[in-house]
Amino acid sequence: MSTEAVKVRRSTKSSYVGLAVMGIVVVILATGPYTFMTKGTQQSMVILFTFIVLGTMWNLLAGYAGMVSIGQQAYIGLGAYGLVYLSNILGINPFVAIPIAVVISGLISIPISFLAFRLAGGYFAIGTWVIAEVVKLVITQFKVLGAGAGISLTEFPKDASTRIALIYWMSLAAVVIAVAVTYFIMRSRLGLGFTAIRDDSVAASSLGVSVTRSKRIVYVIASMGAGLGGAMIAANALRVQPDGVFSVTLTAQMIFIVVIGGMGTIEGPIIGAIVFFSLQQWLSDLGAWYLVILGVVAVIIVLFLPKGLWGLISGSGRIRLFPTGYRVMSKPSDMSLIKESS
Amino acid sequence: MEWINAIIQGCLLGGLYALLAAGLSLMFGVMRIVNLAHGVLAITAAYIAWVLVQHTPIPPFATLIVVVPVMAAVGYVLQRGLLNRALDQGSLAPILVTFGLAIVITNLLQEIFTVDNRSIQIGALETDSIRISSDLAIGIFPLITFVVGIVVIVGLQLFLSRTRTGRAMRATSDDRDAAVLMGINNRQLYAIAAAIALGIVGVAGVFLGMRTQFNPGFGDVMLIFAFEAVIIGGLGSLWGTLAGGMILGVAQVVGAQAFPAYGVLFGHLVFLLVLVVRPQGLIPKAVNS
Repeated sequence: MSTEAVKVRRSTKSSYVGLAVMGIVVVILATGPYTFMTKGTQQSMVILFTFIVLGTMWNLLAGYAGMVSIGQQAYIGLGAYGLVYLSNILGINPFVAIPIAVVISGLISIPISFLAFRLAGGYFAIGTWVIAEVVKLVITQFKVLGAGAGISLTEFPKDASTRIALIYWMSLAAVVIAVAVTYFIMRSRLGLGFTAIRDDSVAASSLGVSVTRSKRIVYVIASMGAGLGGAMIAANALRVQPDGVFSVTLTAQMIFIVVIGGMGTIEGPIIGAIVFFSLQQWLSDLGAWYLVILGVVAVIIVLFLPKGLWGLISGSGRIRLFPTGYRVMSKPSDMSLIKESS
Repeated sequence: MEWINAIIQGCLLGGLYALLAAGLSLMFGVMRIVNLAHGVLAITAAYIAWVLVQHTPIPPFATLIVVVPVMAAVGYVLQRGLLNRALDQGSLAPILVTFGLAIVITNLLQEIFTVDNRSIQIGALETDSIRISSDLAIGIFPLITFVVGIVVIVGLQLFLSRTRTGRAMRATSDDRDAAVLMGINNRQLYAIAAAIALGIVGVAGVFLGMRTQFNPGFGDVMLIFAFEAVIIGGLGSLWGTLAGGMILGVAQVVGAQAFPAYGVLFGHLVFLLVLVVRPQGLIPKAVNS
């Protein structure tokens, strides 16, 4: 290095190429309803998009902030039921109702976080689950929301191809927003704080990182994301059932997606969602065996491949589509000396 | 009088919850693992007992002789094979691994035994009771469950305070590195603790199966109840776990008496109340035991 000025960069060639490719993919996907996609394909894609949103948001919570919640179905359910309530009963346009339902999920998560944050680690996990059960029991008390039987959404456009295309675009936008929000959080001061907390929480807090406050912000954002996922599920199925949207299986799916793809990376949950989606189509005839197989795969990956599939693809972080860290380079051209700081 | 009856029933039910919670508490106390497969493992024990009763002449209570050693062996292998390795991967891995395990076992049980409700028949014991007054009676079977719960907790407490292995477990819990420096083989010790914990889960599962109908999905509920008992009572205290189990039992039974169908919700609300008012639990960890 000697006297030469040290260059610090965030983006690399792989991230520029990656961003461009992803931009093109999003544009192609956006034209789908006009060109190559049937209604059925669009509805399937909405399921995939929901997985990406849910996985990305659970990863923000667990992979970056270290909070393994198995109660995010509370917010999935709130998002779904929020959409139903706002559109069916208050008569708000469903596409306006979705962002409102997302905000409501976030607002409700604030008082809940004060309860849940009294527990740590594995007990936090079960505590969030209990809270989700309570939310479900409370929601099913309301007869206007269909009580235990569930309720249908009635306010979407009646014309099937318009409705399906609109929901498809909304879901595609949701994916872009979820990924972008995670990316910018992790590049911000908050993200830097989480890297510090992960490495040494005592040292981080002594340097002025507010551990609890940072965690609460992420918890609220992840809960809004789960609410968004819930609204997407409801919009796609046009029906909400308490045992469906409040099921712990949804959280199990998020965990599989994140673990398989690679925890603590932005790329991981996207890859995990695609893999999970394909497996689900493929193994759906197997009934309960499909969850057995997924569970075994997830356990094996946690134990033997903790960086997940993206860890394999990226070659231990050399390739990054979403550069959240800093790279110190001795010479701009010398790529072999790259050190990743996050 | 029916309220007194409800309180007594609740206390007795608490004995079962304490039995369920003791294993969870032990595994957390010794190796800081919150075993999310705890509930479904209890249901697995109930299924093993059910199969034995269905297909062999073994009477229901005698199934414990088979179930407890089998579950203990499962615990030992689980810890040696999976959980010790998970502990090496950091603090998130044990949570993820035990959750994955819970999903796997639940769905395996579903494939093997279907989702139909099962129960282990215990004949006249199911309804036998001791009559105290004209409108107050204590069921014999709930009473036996309660006594077994107390015996197990007292036994575990004595084991932890009196035996060499128990002391080693407490030492490892307090400071693992120092304990290892003193020559304790922590991996072996963890495996023993897991074996004991799952042996107790085996007892809890058999009694659960004799008390009520069960199906594979019941594991979730059992995990939640065990966890609530641990938190209400206070982390790290077995007496607290017993008290927590009884409070949870009373909350559920009295709640159900007041508003039928909301018993479970009352249990959750008492748990949340404790979390708000007294997050350290009712009986926080006493000095070292």
